[in-house]
Amino acid sequence: MINLALETGPSLLPLSNEQLNKLREIVEQGLPINSQPYLAIANQLTAMSVKTMPSTAVSEQQVIQQISTWQSDGLIRRFGLVVKHRQLGYNANAMVVWNIDDDDVDAIANQLALRSEISLCYRRPRRMPSWPYNLFCMIHGQSTQQVEMQIATIIAELGLSHIDKDILFSNKAYKQHGARYQRQVNT
Amino acid sequence: MRTATTIKPEAERIYAFSALEKYLINTLQKGLPLCESPFAMIAEEINYQTANNAFCDMPVCDESLIIETLNNLLKLGVLTRFGPMFDAACLGGAFTLAAIDVPLSRFQEVTDIVNSFPQVAHNYERNHQLNMWFVIGTESQAEIDYVIDDIESKTGLTVLNVPKLEEFYVGLYFEV
Repeated sequence: MINLALETGPSLLPLSNEQLNKLREIVEQGLPINSQPYLAIANQLTAMSVKTMPSTAVSEQQVIQQISTWQSDGLIRRFGLVVKHRQLGYNANAMVVWNIDDDDVDAIANQLALRSEISLCYRRPRRMPSWPYNLFCMIHGQSTQQVEMQIATIIAELGLSHIDKDILFSNKAYKQHGARYQRQVNT
Repeated sequence: MRTATTIKPEAERIYAFSALEKYLINTLQKGLPLCESPFAMIAEEINYQTANNAFCDMPVCDESLIIETLNNLLKLGVLTRFGPMFDAACLGGAFTLAAIDVPLSRFQEVTDIVNSFPQVAHNYERNHQLNMWFVIGTESQAEIDYVIDDIESKTGLTVLNVPKLEEFYVGLYFEV
């Protein structure tokens, strides 16, 4: 576990490690949707802290600044609304896997990453002989046909038809969330 | 935690979102204002854009309408939460993608075994010889190896382990 006690700016007191861990836990579960959500969180942290140390009240501004610091340091990649994409009609999800020469994989991956249809693009190891593919792209769409057309367009426009690939559609989700996985939905 | 969730696509396409709901879903996925009253600020922004003819069928908004609309979307199950996507590597966790070639006759049994691990998430059946794909998220690399060994010994099947080596893009965004 890395140190979460990053700079909180000149004007505000830094939060204790215990408060930082608790703040992370609270925001991972989601902000309360009310008039002043960051104040509600500050009050929660204060209620937790004053039991042990009466002088450790947490302010709304400290909470806002800490989240902002986590964002600018890259610990939080995005702080927004999390949707259930299947509920929005995004029912087709394809994992497109490619077997690309090691010398070419970075250049092609960078081109694929520019496509708006692609939501994730990762290089992973080959596992021969059963698994020759070294680049993985995820495409979410509203139907299998739509996603197949998007893949065909990408292949035509980037000139990738000579590259060995496979498309793995998901049929069913047997488990959507794990206890620990809330932290990052895209590994 | 949910297991054996069957997706019913038709039933889930019934929502006809209002202009306000669409705006909130599309805009707030990208980020929530970090200020004392974020929902009041969103209402102000919408009213400002409406005054500049950016929208045709948007109601006059205030903070309470935004809060009510979002709470309703949460109740409908369209939104999960307002929250951060933490960078797992920065937080020191270990993650990998794994797959198993499961004989069809054993699919449910193996699903139950794999999903019994709290470290397993996002278990999908896919149309390939390697027909079960899931993510393992743990505190350490050693725990990943331990979970994989344990799954292999409990199922008698080989787990393909393909951790991320390099990331080129993450941009999960769903427009309505």
